[in-house]
Amino acid sequence: MESFIPLFVILPLAAAFLIPIVGKFVSGFQMTLSNLVFLFLAAAGVWFLFDSNTEAVSYTVGGWEPVNGIPIAIYLVADGLSLIMLAIINTMAFLSGFYAISYLKQYTAPDNFYALLCLMVAGMNGVVLTGDLFNLYVFLEIAVIASYALVAFGTGKEELEASFKYQVLGGIASLLILFGVAMVYWKTRTLNIADAATLLKHSHDRTFHLFVQLLFITGFGLKGALIPFHAWLPDAHSSAPSPISAMLSGVLIKAIGIYCMIRIFFNMFILTEEFAVILTTLGALSMVLGALIAMVQNDMKRMFAYSSISQVGYIITGIGMGMIILARKGDQGIAALAIGGGLFHMINHAVFKGLLFLNAGAVEYENRTRNLDELGDLSTVMPVTYGTSLTASLSVSGIPPFNGFFSKLIIIIAAIQGHFYLLAALAVVVSIITLGYFLKFQKQAFFNVSRFFNKLKIKEVPFTMCFSMIVLAILCLVLSLLVFPGPRDLILTPAVEAVMNVKEYSTIITGI
Amino acid sequence: MTLYLLCFLLFLVGLYGVLTRRNLIKIVIGLSFMEFSIFLLLVLIGYVKGGEAPILQPGMPATGFVDPLPQAMVLTAIVIGLATNAMLLAIAIRLYKKYGTFDIRKINQLKG
Repeated sequence: MESFIPLFVILPLAAAFLIPIVGKFVSGFQMTLSNLVFLFLAAAGVWFLFDSNTEAVSYTVGGWEPVNGIPIAIYLVADGLSLIMLAIINTMAFLSGFYAISYLKQYTAPDNFYALLCLMVAGMNGVVLTGDLFNLYVFLEIAVIASYALVAFGTGKEELEASFKYQVLGGIASLLILFGVAMVYWKTRTLNIADAATLLKHSHDRTFHLFVQLLFITGFGLKGALIPFHAWLPDAHSSAPSPISAMLSGVLIKAIGIYCMIRIFFNMFILTEEFAVILTTLGALSMVLGALIAMVQNDMKRMFAYSSISQVGYIITGIGMGMIILARKGDQGIAALAIGGGLFHMINHAVFKGLLFLNAGAVEYENRTRNLDELGDLSTVMPVTYGTSLTASLSVSGIPPFNGFFSKLIIIIAAIQGHFYLLAALAVVVSIITLGYFLKFQKQAFFNVSRFFNKLKIKEVPFTMCFSMIVLAILCLVLSLLVFPGPRDLILTPAVEAVMNVKEYSTIITGI
Repeated sequence: MTLYLLCFLLFLVGLYGVLTRRNLIKIVIGLSFMEFSIFLLLVLIGYVKGGEAPILQPGMPATGFVDPLPQAMVLTAIVIGLATNAMLLAIAIRLYKKYGTFDIRKINQLKG
C-alpha cells in the first residue's frame, strides 16, 4: 500500500495535464479519462478504508531517510483520518464527474472543466495526505486556484463577481496560512508536522502560540467558511456549475478547512482550553446563524450554501467540544464520542449536501431557474430528482433512519454527557429550523403549482445525472450503518484515534 | 527586529489596501503587497549574519551559510503567487468587459 499512496496525487495531476493536450484530437477523451481515474481512486480509497489490515503508513517522497533522527524528506501520511477524507473526496469526485457528462451539454469547453476538476482533486488528495506544512500550503493553493477558475466557469456577470470575491478572500486566507507556516518554521526550524509537534511541546512561549494559532484559525476559518468569515461562500457555491457546487460544498471546505484545522490543532499544537472555546463558539455561531439566514433564501443553491455553513458549524462544534474536554483532561470516552460525532457528520454532510446540489442542478437543468418562487409541481414530472432530494432533505434535517439523524444524535449525546447543555439545546433547535427550510424547499419546488410553470416541456434528467443522484441517495441510507459497532470500529475509530493520539502520528513519520 | 516589524507593516499596508480600495486592480496590488511582505519575512528568517550562499564543496565545513530552505520555499511561493495574480487579473479583465468599470460599488449583482 505504501507505494500506492502517491498515486492519489499523481494520477489526477497527470490526467489534468493530458486532457487539454490529447482532448483536442480525441473526442470524449476528457470524460472517459477523468471518470476512469476518479473511479479507480474512489475504489482504492474505499478499499483501504474497509481493509482492516491497513495500518497507518507513510511514504517518503524521494526516499530521503531521516538524518540523526531529524526527518528531512516530505512525507505522505495515510492514517485513519486521511483515509476517510480520501474515500469521501474521490467518491464525490467520481459521482460529480459522471453527473457532469450530461450536465455539461449546456456549457462549452468540457476539456477545461475536466482538467480543472482533476487538478482540484489532485490538490485535495495532496492536502489530506501530506505531513509537511509547506507542502500542505502548495497543495492547498493547487486545489483553490482550480476552484477559483471553476466558480467562474459560466463567465456570466454573477459567476465572475463571485469568483473575484472568492479569490480576494481566499488569497488573504492563503497568505495568513503561509504567514503561520513561516512563523512555525522560525520557531522550530522544521516543516514536518510531527517533528514540529515534538519541538513545540517544549516551548512555553504563550504569545507565540496564541499568535500562530490565531493566524491558522483565521486562515482555515476563511477557507472553511466559519461564520464571521463566510461572506464568499454563498456567492461562490451558488454561482458555480452544480457538480462543482457539490464538490465545493461537499468536499473542498472540509478538505482544506476542517481537515487542516483538525490536523494542525490536534497533531501539532498543544491543546489549550481558551483556544478550544474560541473554536467551539465559532462552530456554534455558524450552526445557528447559517440556519437562520438559510430560512429566508429564495434561491435554491443559496439556501443550500447557507445550510452548508450551518452543517459545518455542527462538525466544528462536535470537534471543538472534544478539544475542550481533552484540554481540561476530562473523560477520554466523551471526547472520543464528540470527535467521532463530528467526523461522522463530516462524512454524512459530504453525501447529503453533494446530493442536494446535484438535485438543484437537475432542477435548474430542466427549468432554467433556481428561484423557488418560479418553480412548482415537479414531483410527478421529475420523480427521480424528487425522491432523491426528499431523501437528502430528510437526512440533512435529522430524521431517522437517515444518516444525518445518527451523527447529530451522537453530537447531542456527547454535548449532554460533557455538560454542554446550551450547545445540546442549540443543536436540537437548529435541527428543527433545518427541517423547516427544507420542507419549504420541498413544497415550493415539487408541489406548489406555479403560474410560470410549463409542465409539458419538462422531463426527467438524463441517465448519468440520475445515476449519481440515486447512488448518493442510497449512500444516505447505508451510511447510517456506521453507527453500529462493527462498521464504526472499522472506519470511525481509527480516525478518532489518529486525531486524539498525537504520539502515534509522529511515530508513523519519524519512526521513533 | 526592525526589519521584521517593517515586514509586518508592509503586510498591514497590503491588508489596508485590500479592505479600503474600491478599484479591482488596486485590490490586486494590495494582495501582492501582502504576498511580498511574507516572502521577505521568509527570506529574513533564513538569513544568517555574514552568511554566504549555501553551495557546499567537498572538504568545506558546513558552517557560515544562510538557511537554504526558506529560499526554496520563497521560490515556490513566488510561482504560486504568479498563478493567483494571473487568475485574479484575468477575472478582473473579464469583469471590466462585462461591466465597463473597475469600481466594485458598481459590480454588485450578488448579495454576499
